Amino acid sequence: MSTFFSSRLFFISLVLVVLAATLPFYVSGYVLGLLTVAFYFGVFAMAWDLLFGFAGEVNFGPTFLIGVGAYTAGILNAQFGWSVYLCIVLGASASVVAGLVLALPALRVRGPYFGLTTLVAVLMLQNFIVVFADLTGGEIGLTIPDVISINAGTNYWIALGFMTISAAILYGLSQSPIGLVLQASGQDPVQAGALGFNIVKHKLAAFIVSAFFSGLSGALLVFYFGTASVGTVVDVAVGVNVIVSAVLGGRRTVLGAALGAIFLIVAGEFLRPTGELATFIVSAVALLVVLFFPGGFLGAALSREARS
Amino acid sequence: MIDGFAISALYALGATGFTLIFGVSGVLNLSHGAIMVAAAVAAWAAASVLNVGTYAGALIGVGVALLTAFATYFAVVKPIQDSRRIPNEEKEIFVLTGTLLWGIMIQELIAYFFTNNAKTVLPIVEGVVEILGVRTPKNEIFTAIVCCLVIALLWLLVNRTRTGKAVLAASMNPRGVTLLGLELTNIYIVVWAIYGILAGIAGVLLGMFLGVSSYSVGPLTASAFSIVVLGGLGSVSGSLIAAFVVGYLETLTAYLVSPAYRTIPALLLLVFVMYIRPQGLLGRR
Repeated sequence: MSTFFSSRLFFISLVLVVLAATLPFYVSGYVLGLLTVAFYFGVFAMAWDLLFGFAGEVNFGPTFLIGVGAYTAGILNAQFGWSVYLCIVLGASASVVAGLVLALPALRVRGPYFGLTTLVAVLMLQNFIVVFADLTGGEIGLTIPDVISINAGTNYWIALGFMTISAAILYGLSQSPIGLVLQASGQDPVQAGALGFNIVKHKLAAFIVSAFFSGLSGALLVFYFGTASVGTVVDVAVGVNVIVSAVLGGRRTVLGAALGAIFLIVAGEFLRPTGELATFIVSAVALLVVLFFPGGFLGAALSREARS
Repeated sequence: MIDGFAISALYALGATGFTLIFGVSGVLNLSHGAIMVAAAVAAWAAASVLNVGTYAGALIGVGVALLTAFATYFAVVKPIQDSRRIPNEEKEIFVLTGTLLWGIMIQELIAYFFTNNAKTVLPIVEGVVEILGVRTPKNEIFTAIVCCLVIALLWLLVNRTRTGKAVLAASMNPRGVTLLGLELTNIYIVVWAIYGILAGIAGVLLGMFLGVSSYSVGPLTASAFSIVVLGGLGSVSGSLIAAFVVGYLETLTAYLVSPAYRTIPALLLLVFVMYIRPQGLLGRR
């Protein structure tokens, strides 16, 4: 039954990805640009879902990991002129280091306390960026000389490919024995430990994987935008969007998080004519989903599937 | 110094309500900043648009905060707590997400109707006095006095009245309270009412003191959250101490070093305390 279902899910995703891959042939560059950002956001949300949905760690600071990756890559490129690809790799590595730093308190404190630590991490990073404005561009942002490509289609394909590969890896990981152990240690660490699993090792691994994908995605996003600023990759509001997407799409589903992110960004764009009310409407919809379909989009769809 | 005291007292007032809610019903209300800003903006609108006078304006501000707090409880927190579809161990994160979204909604509504310009509520007490050669607005002293009075009243309410004792008992053992024949929901409503009034007073005073805009929602929630964690979640006296520590640390840094570094020492202290003593200064766990 479960293999049948997963193959069906796989089939649907495959069709969606193939459909999405043909988009550059008949939609405008504007739509492609929007979806490119949405796809990178999807990776942020999936990486967050791995930590929250599986490891049970409420990370209020997804933008800490994203920002470290994005700014490392950006600074190395803008100040030292290193090549784009080297910068992306180094950005992702810096993020992994940041993930390890963030994981240290997580192994000591739990629940709201850990949530606060991550929030503080974001605020510190934000202060740091503003204070060392010479290096980081401060509040105005950092202009990055190189971009991956100026062609909207190419950028779109890179983003789509990156999201698909990340989704496959993260989803595969969440369904593997490692994912199950993570889920168990998130729900009842004592019992999971008593069953002989090394919780510390598994959680650290979850942090590293989550940080790696967040940082990589952040670095790619910076080279897509051609600029790195606090408002786009570090601000708490960005982190809130990531969290909302993951909860909206369905926690503990990984793929749902990507759907939620795409929905959030596209919906925000559709509501642009309503002006300042756009954010209000998006949060109201998200709140209703949280209240009435706590499983999120994909969670609701899956449970209906399971019932029939 | 008086500046620091007034800021600390304001922080303390804001954080006390926050910690009370957590201590009694285990809810971390992330729409806290939004409620405070709503109170300040309502007071500003009533006083300068409708011309009802500063006192009535301040009262309206507190009333709005009370209503918003009730709306938060009935529209967001209670449905999540009563939901059968959300597993118990995940309710905490749902309340967090729900109140966060709710806070953003309030913030956006304020920005839509009142624009996001900073608003300064007209001070109740005007004029300045010289204290030890420093010109101090009288309103600052007034703020500090009001904050202390309200906190003292709260202490009396919690420790000396029947309702207060029920609230205290509920924070220790909710099931025991229901066994004694007290309706838990009623206690929660009382706590949210106290919280609304506290947040409202803090919001209005903040509006007079520093001025608020819809942008201050996030930082206000964050500062209340960090003060409460620093002092120990659920411990009222802990958050009082923490509020003064943070308030003075911020003011001193702003005066002695540079306003740009204002929040950094407090954040460092917070990280430090979390490593040494994760349960906060006076935390129970």
